[in-house]
Amino acid sequence: MIMLTGTWRLKVGFSEMLKGGVIMDVTTPEQAKIAEEAGAVAVMALERVPADIRKEGGVARMADPEIILRIMDAVSIPVMAKVRIGHFAEAQILEELGVDFIDESEVLTPADEENHIDKHQFKVPFVCGARNLGEALRRIAEGAALIRTKGEAGTGNIVEAVRHMRRINKEIADLTVKRPEELYAEAKKLQAPYELVKWVAEHGKLPVPNFAAGGIATPADAALMMQLGAESVFVGSGIFKSEDPAKRARAIVEAVAYYDNPSVLARVSRGLGEPMKGIDVSKLAEDELLQNRGW
Amino acid sequence: MAKPKIGIFAIQGDFEKHYEVFDGLGAEVFYVKLPEEFEGIDGLVLPGGESPTMSRLINTYGLREAFEGLKKRDVPVFGTCAGAILLAKNVIDAPENFSLGMMDITIARNAYGRQRESFESEIEINWNGKQKKITGVFIRAPKILELGDGVEVIGKLENGDPVLVRQGNLLASTFHPELTDDFTVPEIFMEIVEAFKEKG
Repeated sequence: MIMLTGTWRLKVGFSEMLKGGVIMDVTTPEQAKIAEEAGAVAVMALERVPADIRKEGGVARMADPEIILRIMDAVSIPVMAKVRIGHFAEAQILEELGVDFIDESEVLTPADEENHIDKHQFKVPFVCGARNLGEALRRIAEGAALIRTKGEAGTGNIVEAVRHMRRINKEIADLTVKRPEELYAEAKKLQAPYELVKWVAEHGKLPVPNFAAGGIATPADAALMMQLGAESVFVGSGIFKSEDPAKRARAIVEAVAYYDNPSVLARVSRGLGEPMKGIDVSKLAEDELLQNRGW
Repeated sequence: MAKPKIGIFAIQGDFEKHYEVFDGLGAEVFYVKLPEEFEGIDGLVLPGGESPTMSRLINTYGLREAFEGLKKRDVPVFGTCAGAILLAKNVIDAPENFSLGMMDITIARNAYGRQRESFESEIEINWNGKQKKITGVFIRAPKILELGDGVEVIGKLENGDPVLVRQGNLLASTFHPELTDDFTVPEIFMEIVEAFKEKG
């Protein structure tokens, strides 16, 4: 029987399956189980959540394969894991482990300041962060099958994710009203391949799903991002840095499924205990911003 | 005749892809997320996605009763991948009240492996005496292990695995016809829906 694996259709198709869902950062098998029981569509296996990476400093790397394997054993839903920008050897290891999705992430310390990973070389799909349309299209050209906003991870502050989602949507909308001959100059401005720019101009959306990440801490944050056009949300520190993770996890899952229903949102937002504390992003120095990693 | 009303269960998963397919086939298509939205539909599509997520929301939002209502009226339901798992009577290793138990099949989740092992392969379709080959897209796909009485195999892989099955007005596929440009499978569901509608 002829079986094709690792095709573009299988990669983007898998991203489609994750729509309308919540992908939760977890650091232990126990947390992974809480996430699965709450209704997460996938978990992101990590050694430290972004808030701790931010606090502790040092070089943040791919998680220990031992931790990732234990989390893969603990749950039946897909397991994602992060690699440093440009670190294709870490990605080879994750693919070998059988991780379902790889996040080439600015949350970890970049390994290459010029090149991202050539993601077409892998059978496992990749997700990458973006602050604007040009960045999103460069990542897609390299083979990313899913885009997420960068936001500002580990802050519990939604402001940057909102900025990035609005910016990408506006840049897409602007392209749709351009005349065909103007798209060449637009490609130059966006620093993105012309073919992808043309595709976006014709379809009015990205060629892969677009999720939200970076600073989501409450059901309302998740619903806000969904209403702004995100098709799913990643929640990093927001769940397991809060007072009652299981309850908050369930509430965010319901808020994403019923993001356009204020009566559901009002009900699930009640009595969740303390959210993660959060950071005012405008008080962070330029070199403390994770979103500036990658290009 | 009025257009058939096809509800797409849109609580999670690739519901947009299904919307595009049935819209393209000329149905009146809308998303269904709450019990009251099930009323008056001629057919329902359960998309691909994560079955534990859908299962939890079905149980939390009183949707189990809504599906019971569909079953009583014998409304056609088409489940793909996670949707096929939800339709199944038995799901291997699943907790209690996981699936809806509408179709008499036993199914195992992620039976072909993880995403790395997701695959495309040829499927042989046998419907109303006509045979056809189509491409099947299998993403962390389940496998149908047992078929109850009255469950008919419409599509199978070259190795013999049943991948498209029918029991009365219920249709289940372990692959994703909505991710290809071939309308063979959704057209089969439309035939089932139109026959149901005609009978009134």
